[in-house]
Amino acid sequence: MSTGVPAAAIDAPRFRALTSVRATGAAGVVSAIVVAAATFVAIFGPLLAPYDPELPNLDLAWIGPTGGHLLGFDVQGRDVLSRLLVGAQTSMLGPLVVVIISMITGVLLAIVAAWRRGAADAVISSGLDILFAFPGILLAVLATAVFGAGLTAAAIALSLAYMPYVARVVRGAAFRERSQPYVAALEVQGASATSICLRHLIPNTLPLIVAQATILFGYAMIDLAAISFLGLGVQPPRPDWGVMISENQTGIVQGYPLPALAPGLCIVAVVVAVNVLGERLFEQAQAARG
Amino acid sequence: MLLVSLLVASFLIFAAMYLAPGNPVAALSGGRSLPPSSLRVLEQRYHLNAPFFAQYWYWLDNVLHGNLGISITLRENVSTLIASRIWTTAGLVLYSSVLILVFGIGMGLVAGLRPGMLDTSTVIITAISAAIPAFVAAIVLILLFAVKLGWFPAIGNGTGLVDSIRHLTLPALALAVSSLAIVARVTRASVREEGEREHVQTAVSRGIPARKLIRRHVLRNAAIPITTIAGITIASLIAVAAVVETAFSLNGLGAYLVQAAQSKDLAVVQGISLLLVTAFVVVNLLVDMLYAWLDPRVSLGSRAT
Amino acid sequence: MSDPATVSALQSAAPAAGAPLLDIAGLTVLLEVHGEKRAVLRDVSLTVRPGEAVGLVGESGSGKSMTARAIDRLLPRGAEVHGSIRFGGSDVNRLAGADLRRYRNQVAMIFQDPRAHTNPVRRIGDFMTEALQANLAVSAAEARRRAIDMLTQVGIDDGARRLRQYPHQMSGGMLQRVMIAAALLTKPRLLLADEPTTALDVTTQAEVMAILDGLRREFGLAMLFITHDLDLAAAICDRTAVMYAGQIVEIRASALLHDDPLHPYTAALAAARPDIAQTAPRLRAIPGRPLSAFEAPPQECAFAPRCPYATDACRADVPGLAELDGGLSRCVRAHELRGRLGGAPDE
Repeated sequence: MSTGVPAAAIDAPRFRALTSVRATGAAGVVSAIVVAAATFVAIFGPLLAPYDPELPNLDLAWIGPTGGHLLGFDVQGRDVLSRLLVGAQTSMLGPLVVVIISMITGVLLAIVAAWRRGAADAVISSGLDILFAFPGILLAVLATAVFGAGLTAAAIALSLAYMPYVARVVRGAAFRERSQPYVAALEVQGASATSICLRHLIPNTLPLIVAQATILFGYAMIDLAAISFLGLGVQPPRPDWGVMISENQTGIVQGYPLPALAPGLCIVAVVVAVNVLGERLFEQAQAARG
Repeated sequence: MLLVSLLVASFLIFAAMYLAPGNPVAALSGGRSLPPSSLRVLEQRYHLNAPFFAQYWYWLDNVLHGNLGISITLRENVSTLIASRIWTTAGLVLYSSVLILVFGIGMGLVAGLRPGMLDTSTVIITAISAAIPAFVAAIVLILLFAVKLGWFPAIGNGTGLVDSIRHLTLPALALAVSSLAIVARVTRASVREEGEREHVQTAVSRGIPARKLIRRHVLRNAAIPITTIAGITIASLIAVAAVVETAFSLNGLGAYLVQAAQSKDLAVVQGISLLLVTAFVVVNLLVDMLYAWLDPRVSLGSRAT
Repeated sequence: MSDPATVSALQSAAPAAGAPLLDIAGLTVLLEVHGEKRAVLRDVSLTVRPGEAVGLVGESGSGKSMTARAIDRLLPRGAEVHGSIRFGGSDVNRLAGADLRRYRNQVAMIFQDPRAHTNPVRRIGDFMTEALQANLAVSAAEARRRAIDMLTQVGIDDGARRLRQYPHQMSGGMLQRVMIAAALLTKPRLLLADEPTTALDVTTQAEVMAILDGLRREFGLAMLFITHDLDLAAAICDRTAVMYAGQIVEIRASALLHDDPLHPYTAALAAARPDIAQTAPRLRAIPGRPLSAFEAPPQECAFAPRCPYATDACRADVPGLAELDGGLSRCVRAHELRGRLGGAPDE
């Protein structure tokens, strides 16, 4: 009679993508929208900006929101909104570069360490342990002292500082995957190390890698903005959210907080969104594993 | 192992002289042109005519004796310059750490042990706070508490103990905000997780009273991940302090490091970097030791993350 | 619900007379799963006399572990309990505070996975003595002395050294023996053993079972022994109860269970186990899969879909527990099937 109820689960692959987004809940949806919007602005910012973001006009300094200037003017009389829109490029691109570099190097080292095990693993792990001694910002400051201020030096330094964290997380997962019986089966069948790593190890650790990358993006954004805030990253007059906060800080005590707060809010919004997404992705990665 | 890291780190910091474009003298002078007498002093001090590793050895030897070089811009011993600023940074980091531990763990415990409205609101607040970088927190705090409410000063160090503490409050808070949120979240999650474990059921089935249960079986076990995250975030304060010091115009090591980097005063950058890296490594070592003490399954040197 | 006839049948189902130590009557438990309330136990009635060992056998989802948890008041939050559980005359579900703690010392539970059920960061000594010190006001030194003594009884020598160790320094079998020793320290009157040997390898299983059985008899403790292994229960328990889909379907003296079962499910369980003495052409599995209580259809016998003897009468209503030859059975056809159920089922 009415024993097992047939599983009414949404099995078709095409629905799985939808359910995985919906499964992240309202917070997840909002976060995804925020990130999408930020990406859109990062790409099309310069086209969307109504006014020239870099042309100073000291007569207009600190004037509040009026007319077409929704966020008013900053310390040098430039339209805040335009600077925000154009600044999204460096503020989003920098972290992206950092994430890409640190993920590629980190994953590579982790996979090699997990695959070769033994001596190779010991050497790689020791090397990573040493890198752990350098906090990101410190390494970036050191790099800019040696190579000069600018986004490039800072971004590379941050990538180096983040790499061991990526490698450690991925190495754990890769080790687990590597000890699975199917890997031994493939080896016996004569599959090459590269093909096993590319076709099996990496795809199976991919959920974790993606989750890690997402969360790393948030950290990179904060650190890079901090370095720009310190004057060691993106250089004025180029717009960048971190630089904008530094430039307009004097406005706070003078009674014009908006030009400094607006970029701050953008940073927080994007980082919160990215963190929420990253956490959801982590949960899914854990669920997929267990 | 950490000592090796420290050694290698010191080597990298030393080698920064050679990584810069141009020759070491140019790096040390920050691209300035110096009179020949100064150049000779530099050559002598850094043994620039000796082979590479010998130079490193001399440099390290000097460092271990407290001689960190001379600031190009200020013409003073780096050690002296550091000493006068170290207490600001140390005070800031300490103040911040206390805030993080007391409020972070406190909020996490309350949220973890009592489900309900308080818990939900804590989750939301910490999710947002964790994303607030120190410099954004700085300007918001300045706006709210210094400008609008006038409770705390916006910039500067202050004089005397009480005044200094007053001046350090907003900076310490700005530094603590995101770390506090992270510690609170991990605390809450750990307390929740540990409460669900089977060994807690065993204790319940034997009639252990609730208070003892929470103390001995939930909190004691949750202390492990909580300590780890607290240690990691406090260690990170060492670097982020630079940002806060700059925002509040504090006369600390971090702000000085940034200024030195901007003015390419390499000796100062090297000296402060070395100090900060050492502090970072030491804090991590302490956390490792604490972790090994708390978790009998783990031997010193392996932190299961 | 239980009618007086069933209740009196329950009490006479056991050979020895005397007031039962544990008396479960009409226990129904609902748990909240994904927002809806689902039954995990349906109208469970069972008694255990002082010093008696009763087996509780069932597959996963049958509700056997849940019964133990209900007895020890370890149900998850939000559980709805109907019916009564009486221990030594008092209603267990109404106990609170000091009374509840006292009850917990008199009923000791031994869990399935000793490693998960011991706190990894505390020493064995703390684990064993905490109940004594917390509730029975025993001094630390005295508690340790008793713990060492009990460890010897479960076959662990060098107790003083063991007390200082941590759980990860012991094997699974040893840890389970520690758990048994710890359970016995509070001088309980009833042991609830929830699959105590399932997580262990076979040789260790035999050792631990021997210790458990031996000590139980020595101290004259009552025991509710939960397992999925019918033969194991029959070997050490005086009476055995079989559960299916959250209900008790048979209670019988263990000796008679194999050869003269009163319910088709029991017969099927017995037949499904490979017997080293017989050669069968094929292992008999029960078609279909075991149901949980909430999946069982409300108006018929839960086993009917998988039962080779099911008739329309079986699908008409949920059968009640009826007395038969000193045992209890929930099969409406128990009388007529008598004699045919032992050994291999037809077809």
